[in-house]
Amino acid sequence: MHHVVLERWSRGASPLHRRDPRAKLFALAVFLVTLATARRNLVILAPLLFLLLAAGLLRARIPLGSALVRAGVVFTFTVPFAIISYLTGDPARASSMLLKSYLSALAVLLLVSTTPVPALLRGFEAVGAPRFLLMVAQFLYRYLFVISEEAQHMRKAALARGATARATLARHAKFQAAAGAVGALFARSYGRAEDIHRAMLARGFSGRFPAATPLRFARADAFFAALAAVAPVLARLAAERVA
Amino acid sequence: MTTPLIEVEDLHHHYDDGTAALDGIDFKLHPGESVALLGANGSGKTTFLLCLTGLLTGHGAARVCGLPVDKTNLPAIRRKLGIVFQDSESQLFMPTVLEDVAFGPLNLGMDPVAAQLRAREVLRLVGMEAVAAKAPYHLSAGEKKRVAIAGILAMQPDILALDEPTTFLDPPAQRSLIDLLRGLPQAKIIVTHDIAFARAVSTRAVFFDRGKIVGEGPVDDLVRRFAWDPQVESPGHAARYD
Repeated sequence: MHHVVLERWSRGASPLHRRDPRAKLFALAVFLVTLATARRNLVILAPLLFLLLAAGLLRARIPLGSALVRAGVVFTFTVPFAIISYLTGDPARASSMLLKSYLSALAVLLLVSTTPVPALLRGFEAVGAPRFLLMVAQFLYRYLFVISEEAQHMRKAALARGATARATLARHAKFQAAAGAVGALFARSYGRAEDIHRAMLARGFSGRFPAATPLRFARADAFFAALAAVAPVLARLAAERVA
Repeated sequence: MTTPLIEVEDLHHHYDDGTAALDGIDFKLHPGESVALLGANGSGKTTFLLCLTGLLTGHGAARVCGLPVDKTNLPAIRRKLGIVFQDSESQLFMPTVLEDVAFGPLNLGMDPVAAQLRAREVLRLVGMEAVAAKAPYHLSAGEKKRVAIAGILAMQPDILALDEPTTFLDPPAQRSLIDLLRGLPQAKIIVTHDIAFARAVSTRAVFFDRGKIVGEGPVDDLVRRFAWDPQVESPGHAARYD
């Protein structure tokens, strides 16, 4: 599962992992704004930004190939729009959409694979993001694991009783079975989620996830934030000068 | 006689459909006691534990360490009565074992460094210090149970409530759990179907039937009285299954 892999990656011990989440959030914001507002010479800018992100991934000891593939998930959403743009006679917009969405996804992936989600959410909280939204995000993240575990249990149970993708069922029967399985999955996950919430209440949970380690913004974080923010801006200036 | 840690009088709880899950429970737990709650599935044992911690609302009088179980006292009651749920999977929800065990102390307002120290201390106590940095879902069932118990012990409760703690445990893990529980000084309430386990860890037992406590005394007396030993055929058993 994607989130399990990201969770494992985020528990690494590279210099990038050790940086304060606020510094990484700042660097990501600068990167995304620099990329999103670029209009000219994207053909030169995109490879430069890609090299920056790849360097970051390698420095963080994240498997590069696997990260590049995972970032491609964004194409599920952007390819249809790119096709529409292409068919309406705007191939430049189509390619720009694909490049920007992929680089943005890769940048976000670099952030989440070097920052455990609880630390990331604390970083968001520290920069003033609404607590209610953060709590929803935190629960959503925790329950993703619950849903994936329940799905795996159900899959095993189905396989044990002879279910296969090629089972000789009529199409409507397959649809019915799939719909029923999704319903059961959510009912089971809901039950599990309720148990987890109960266990949290029993251990004094009062609506706020306590910080196990306090955030500390050190000089190295400031240096990193400055360097990581300047790099994409310089890359863009260089690309525009060539243009 | 010492003041009871738990004192319950005429406790009732009804499910949403009107079924009486608890129907007039009277119960006392004294310091140092370890009480096994026996009875059939659905007889109200787990509901009783949940009512004691305020996770379900009951009607009647219930006091934990002298505090009435009501909304205003819930934080204090949950500090004094730690509950270990049947399914450890549901109890372990933080990314690492250490963070999970530190979750309770942090919620009690403890400083993060002190909370981590305490978490390490109880992990050592339950023999799980080596897995502190691991993700809980990578542990075996027995290890998960120990970590779940550590998560409760880290809150330093006066009373431990355990809901079917031997579920999913193999015999060596059960033995090791018995040793662990025997070594803990807290008073205990243990919901279990495992008679050997109940004998090993409890000083007395109560028997639940359809939301009522219908018997109280030594484990073996209740087992005989209610034909509750799985090794012994109950009267009529042979007739039913022959």
